Amino acid sequence: MNLIISGKSEEVSLNEGTVLELLKVKKVEMPEMVSVELNGNILRQHEYAATTVKEGDQIEFLYFMGGGSLNCYE
Amino acid sequence: MSLTESQIERYSRHIILKDVGGAGQQKILDSKVLIIGAGGLGAPAALYLAAAGVGTIGIVDADNVDLSNLQRQIIHFTPDVNQPKVESARQKMAELNPDVKVITYQTRVYSENISEMIKDYDFIIDGTDNFPTKFLINDACVLAGKPFSHGGILRFNGQTLTYSPGHACYRCIFPEPPPKGAVPTCSQAGILGAVAGMLGTIQAAEALRCIIGKGKLLTDRLLTFNALDMDFRTINIRKNPNCAICGANPSITELVDYEPPACDLKR
Ligand SMILES: [Zn+2]
Repeated sequence: MNLIISGKSEEVSLNEGTVLELLKVKKVEMPEMVSVELNGNILRQHEYAATTVKEGDQIEFLYFMGGGSLNCYE
Repeated sequence: MSLTESQIERYSRHIILKDVGGAGQQKILDSKVLIIGAGGLGAPAALYLAAAGVGTIGIVDADNVDLSNLQRQIIHFTPDVNQPKVESARQKMAELNPDVKVITYQTRVYSENISEMIKDYDFIIDGTDNFPTKFLINDACVLAGKPFSHGGILRFNGQTLTYSPGHACYRCIFPEPPPKGAVPTCSQAGILGAVAGMLGTIQAAEALRCIIGKGKLLTDRLLTFNALDMDFRTINIRKNPNCAICGANPSITELVDYEPPACDLKR
């Protein structure tokens, strides 16, 4: 099916069609590292397995990113 | 108060801008910005805000300058190694612009001291590395109704969002901190020094635009970029009505310290 992932149109083949499966197909190995936005709404992690995507959906993977200093605490 | 002759010359390239002008420059001179972290993001932000004439700049950092900081933390120079970062940063800002009053806080921020620290400032810049502190800054600024700039960098990537009361906060995107060790830090994964400069400079520009009240802040939008391909995008973010801190029925009503991250790579 065709999805808009990170602003780009992409053909993705999914069996169950869940967000969790999409994360695996897109090789996001640790789902806890990203926040998933589906059509403008941020999903909670416990929703990944039960939420399905459909043709034309817009998906953003928003990654956790830290900051500029070397140490764990600034 | 009006601008002196030397101030008119120093800030002439600001004053000539239609959206700044003498009135905007006066607002900048009267403003107070707190920078949390004198590292890769805080260093360029501090230099640009000092150069711009922000009247009071607070800078928070508990650490000393390390040789491996100098690749990107451009406010610190080689002779500053082993000196407190806040002192090194204060010296450079004072030399750059004597109009600026610098207040240093050589400490970490935690739930007991952050509210007192931010209360006198107009804008806060998050230049920290770790998620417990990022969530703490978000929560403290939301509770106090203070605008702040979130910044994150990793490898060749950067992301930034500006919070302002009534708009989406950091928790609207990331409801909870990631599990310990799930996200590599810059010390583990690396960071291109110039990427830190790009992001910290965007944060400084957000602070200045918030102060002069011109243009459209990065509210309800997450700016992300990948400097390997030099690709920039902004992703629209909706304020989450169920957000634990800024939602209609917040479950977080007082500040908490999350467990500190495992500090397996101190240097
Ligand atoms: Zn929120």
